[in-house]
Amino acid sequence: MENQTVFGNWGGSYIPEILHQTFEQLQDEYLKARNDPHFWQEYSDLMSTYSGRPTPLTYAENLTRHFGGAKIYIKREDLNHTGAHKANNVMGQGLLVKRMGKKRVIAETGAGQHGMATATMAAKFGFDCTIYMGEVDVQRQRPNVFWMEKMGATVIPVVDGSRILKDAINEAFRDWVSNVDTTHYVLGTACGPAPFPEMVSWFQSIIGMETEKQIKQQHGKPPARVYACVGGGSNAMGIFQGFLGNSDVELVGVEAGGKGIKSGLHACRLCGSDASPGVAQGYKTMFLQNSDGQMLETHSVAAGLDYVGVSPILADLAEKKRVRFESATDSEVMQALDLTMKMEGIIPALESAHAFVQAFKEAPQLSADEAIIINQSGRGDKDIFTIAHAFDDPSWKKFIIAIAEEYNR
Amino acid sequence: MVKTMILEEKLRAQLQQKDILLMTHIVLGYPSFHVNRQVIAQMVGNGVDCIEMQIPFSEPMADGPVILKANQDSLAAGTTVKQCLEFGAEMTAAHDIPFLFMTYYNIIFKYGEEDFFMAAKAADIQGLIVPDLPPEMSPDFFRFAKTSGIAPILIFAPTSTNSRMDELNTSADGFIYCVARRGVTGAQSEFDGEFDSYLNRCRAATSLPLAVGFGIRDSEDVRAISGRADIAVIGSKTIQLVDTEGVEAVGPFISNLR
Repeated sequence: MENQTVFGNWGGSYIPEILHQTFEQLQDEYLKARNDPHFWQEYSDLMSTYSGRPTPLTYAENLTRHFGGAKIYIKREDLNHTGAHKANNVMGQGLLVKRMGKKRVIAETGAGQHGMATATMAAKFGFDCTIYMGEVDVQRQRPNVFWMEKMGATVIPVVDGSRILKDAINEAFRDWVSNVDTTHYVLGTACGPAPFPEMVSWFQSIIGMETEKQIKQQHGKPPARVYACVGGGSNAMGIFQGFLGNSDVELVGVEAGGKGIKSGLHACRLCGSDASPGVAQGYKTMFLQNSDGQMLETHSVAAGLDYVGVSPILADLAEKKRVRFESATDSEVMQALDLTMKMEGIIPALESAHAFVQAFKEAPQLSADEAIIINQSGRGDKDIFTIAHAFDDPSWKKFIIAIAEEYNR
Repeated sequence: MVKTMILEEKLRAQLQQKDILLMTHIVLGYPSFHVNRQVIAQMVGNGVDCIEMQIPFSEPMADGPVILKANQDSLAAGTTVKQCLEFGAEMTAAHDIPFLFMTYYNIIFKYGEEDFFMAAKAADIQGLIVPDLPPEMSPDFFRFAKTSGIAPILIFAPTSTNSRMDELNTSADGFIYCVARRGVTGAQSEFDGEFDSYLNRCRAATSLPLAVGFGIRDSEDVRAISGRADIAVIGSKTIQLVDTEGVEAVGPFISNLR
């Protein structure tokens, strides 16, 4: 990819004037880093020694046998440090922050994985750190809040708007305009004003670069299809970049179908027909909004996919029909998760499980000499409260009641 | 009433008679259009020179807590863009001061830029403030502004370099909105030496009148910028005042500002 600020009809940089200068600086540092081979070497060494990269590509033998079609491979971003692909972007931006000489980082978080990764990076690099998280997400991702605070970050619950990811982004921008001289905003996904969509995708391309090599080694040829869940779109952009140049590889993005695409309670921006072009949070993309341009409430069991917008790069790839978009409902996600745990001993995050749903639907249609890859963007143990609740697990409930009683004493 | 003077000329005419002009901000539909109507009457009756009416948006990223909440409550009460345009037309017909719309770009983008300018023109609106639209992002917007005679108000910030101010000035009309400090709307500003040199930079970059906003709360603040800027913008403060003391408090507050 060349340095771009717009992608087809999408992207751009719709920012208040107060941020203009800091975006110029960021754009400048980012371009310098991109053109400096030492930067990528430093980044890749850091990811290897600190974050455990390259992450494995796992052949899911039992699932493959179960579905009786294409060989199913899983890219294990859950084994990246802090438990998700988010660390790739965050460590990269951390290196840029060091170059820019700023001392404070802020971030939004939905599922908490990006907040976790940012708090981790801030601890390692010695930055002050504030994380904005919608009040609803603070409730559903409590374990991540605990760890962020333990690593020294301040977690601020956002009580405005729908109290989820988009509201946390607005609040992070408000912090940034107030503290623009000292602070860098570590945007967590391939959205927002330029250069964020391209820059975040660049850091995440490490996933695709690894996967492309790994599948050739293990399977002898490229995969037929690659599946990734799409919230903002950074894990999808990450793995897709390994295969964008090969038109034989079909790329499939899976959005949150929530209670079903007809129910209105979902976060489908690129599949379905509820979204329309708009400009918010600094960029142009397909947004879930009403006819006046007011953003709608979204719904997903997975906090990380519960977002009104989507990467402008993916909006462009969807329009050009290079990436196909599908959706998975909350209940399909729970089934896929259950099956993956029982058959492979792997716990995908609720977000990632969306990609598993679509892969499972399509694997039987493909022949045994084909391979498909699912990007497991994160691990599911962070979701223990949500998953246990969704499974209505009796022994877990008993345990929570006992702990609550202990604290009440 | 037919208004033919463009915004800058109107402001210049007022500046012949006053040291500093007052511009106020209201959020349409908050707490209701009925209250908006009363508040505007009090403002105009007590000498406000220009009013910016904010069409609420669900994601007002440049606004602080007071205006943010007003946007949300207005939308929760069902405020639509159509109602805002109708109300704008009603106010320009009722009062002989310039009225502006302030909103975020998505509202205009979604309405259709050309259609929005035509609707605003029909409502006799004199200017548009869109804090998340840098001129480089939509040449069309500025073309439609010119053909409709509605002034696109651009914003200078303390972080704007001199060359950036020059660049912004080439697209601007009516007046320049100088943000007094880093941050969002509503919090306190200091009008110190650093502020002086910032305003001098603004003055050097443009021949348009300068409005200063963000954190102007009382007559002391207005006095502090008199002689340095042309227009003082009072935003969050009057919204808070209506919330806590009611509509009747607005008139005395405004008349005591200068």
